Amino acid sequence: MKDILKGKAYVIGDSIDTDQIIPAAHLVFSMTIPEERKQYGRYALSGLPDGTQGLPKGDIPFTAADEFESEFTIIIAGSNFGCGSSREHAPFALMVAGAEAVVAESYARIFYRNAVDGGFLIPFESRDRLIDVIRTGDLLMIDSKSGLLTNETTGKDYLLNPLGDIADILRAGNVFEYARQAGLMP
Amino acid sequence: MEQTITQKILAAHAGKDRVAPGENIWVDVDILMTHDVCGPPTIDIFKREFGQDAQVWDKDKLVILPDHYIFTEDPHAMRNIEILRAFAAEHDLPHYFDVGTSRYKGVCHVALAEEGFNRPGNVLFGTDSHTCTSGAFGLFSTGVGNTDAALIMGTGKIWVKVPQTMRFVFEGALPPYLMAKDIILSVIGDIGLDGGTYRALEFDGQAVFDLSMEERMTLTNMAIEAGAKNGIIAADDKTFEYVRSRTDAAFEPVYSDPDAAYYFEKIYDVSTMEPVIAKPHRPDNRASVTEVAGTKLDRAYIGSCTGGKYGDFLAAARVLEGNEVRVDTFVVPASTEVSKQLRENTLNGKTIWQVFLDAGCKMGHASCGACLGGPVDTFGRTHGTEVVISTTNRNFPGRMGSKEASVYLASPLTVAASALHGVITDPREVMV
Ligand code: SF4
Repeated sequence: MKDILKGKAYVIGDSIDTDQIIPAAHLVFSMTIPEERKQYGRYALSGLPDGTQGLPKGDIPFTAADEFESEFTIIIAGSNFGCGSSREHAPFALMVAGAEAVVAESYARIFYRNAVDGGFLIPFESRDRLIDVIRTGDLLMIDSKSGLLTNETTGKDYLLNPLGDIADILRAGNVFEYARQAGLMP
Repeated sequence: MEQTITQKILAAHAGKDRVAPGENIWVDVDILMTHDVCGPPTIDIFKREFGQDAQVWDKDKLVILPDHYIFTEDPHAMRNIEILRAFAAEHDLPHYFDVGTSRYKGVCHVALAEEGFNRPGNVLFGTDSHTCTSGAFGLFSTGVGNTDAALIMGTGKIWVKVPQTMRFVFEGALPPYLMAKDIILSVIGDIGLDGGTYRALEFDGQAVFDLSMEERMTLTNMAIEAGAKNGIIAADDKTFEYVRSRTDAAFEPVYSDPDAAYYFEKIYDVSTMEPVIAKPHRPDNRASVTEVAGTKLDRAYIGSCTGGKYGDFLAAARVLEGNEVRVDTFVVPASTEVSKQLRENTLNGKTIWQVFLDAGCKMGHASCGACLGGPVDTFGRTHGTEVVISTTNRNFPGRMGSKEASVYLASPLTVAASALHGVITDPREVMV
């Protein structure tokens, strides 16, 4: 787990479900064969309807057409991020696109767990409704130790909730490393 | 003392007398289920972490049910089935239900019930969010991702945070124009898409125990639509009868203590409830059917783990019999067993299958079908701005294929009534 994350914000709304994060038609791609794996980056967040892609304007695709990686590495979302299906392809797709963290007001539990147990990205919880005060493209810095998010574009600071129980798994790398360290698997 | 059924099952599987909500525990898993979308990546992770030649922890506890992308020409989707087939052969798995054979079942959650894998008191995990369906049989069941499934596949164990429980008690007699779908859409409308996040939803009360096992599964199926970890209904004689007719496996039913502590409790009188619908694009966007009656439709869809069981089709067929649909109506049985029942059982002298055909419905093969959109050639999938009324469980943008489409969720009775009129219609208008 990185101590300092820096990158551009991509802002989206409430209850963004896993079909919007990675539409079901694309789940047929292999998650391991490199040529296919990169398709997850291409289609990450491609299920967002027009008008909701990158707030406040809503007309900025997360991954530009014909690209496999996004210029945005920190996703700012409202409440209940990642609701819907249990597909681990969702946090995986965001990671393949280059995202390192999501900052949401709250999460659907399976997405949250998948993000952590698979070691795909860090799911931070915000205390404020950041989607109203951060704009897509703002330059952000997150100190994962102190839980401070700084919007370098506006100069404003926001406090994030402590990572709590999941910090140990994130630090270990994924749930397997965590289980090994705890002596639960060889 | 003072524990809910969910706590007691988890405690027993963690080797403890009691567990408290919020506690993180490691539990022993009785059944792990996976399917064609999440099975192949789970197998990849299992081999990466445990070795190419690693053995699954217990062959008898692993159930693989391909169901999502079956009747498609998509080569990648076909490859997923080949991966499952090869893995099942390599490990000599007894519970692999292969496509194109007489063992093929269809939608995993319905098949788990039919094949006797839902056993009271058990702990069941699956790589599918609607794994909570199995809770209708008085067991703890929840959905996980590929990583967690791979960990279970190798060790038989997984960590769980013990949930608080929300209890919903249903009293009264269910009127004939209402179904379990109306009840659960009402609950989701009341508590919201994240109203049950991290919690167990326990369904209780005489009206629940009056329901068939299939209808109970419709309730627990949609616990995830309120964000819940699991949905659960205590086992009763109907449960035992169903389970014993499907398996010889031993099981130990568990019940909530009378003084169990609940995070939330709410009592409903089902006799006064109305047919309800979830408007686009959220399952909690509830309206009564009368509020949206008259909305013009392009399509109706009857299918899925929540709305494609035998009883769902029987209810719809009763409305459609002797009439003709005014919009494209797709009928997709959840399982091959349901499909068989539709072809064998009759309604006023005609098979139920024939009732649908005569009403002008398009009949599909047992599978998930267009419930989750899927590959472009999927039967019933949306491709444009269709307005759909569906018995499925999700209507997020793009869920049935096209993100421009609008999907309304409703009971099979409401969907059938609406198919007949081509506009959203209260089932009371067409039921005599
Ligand atoms: S029928 Fe729909 S909800 Fe049920 S398992 Fe299949 S895709 Fe998921």
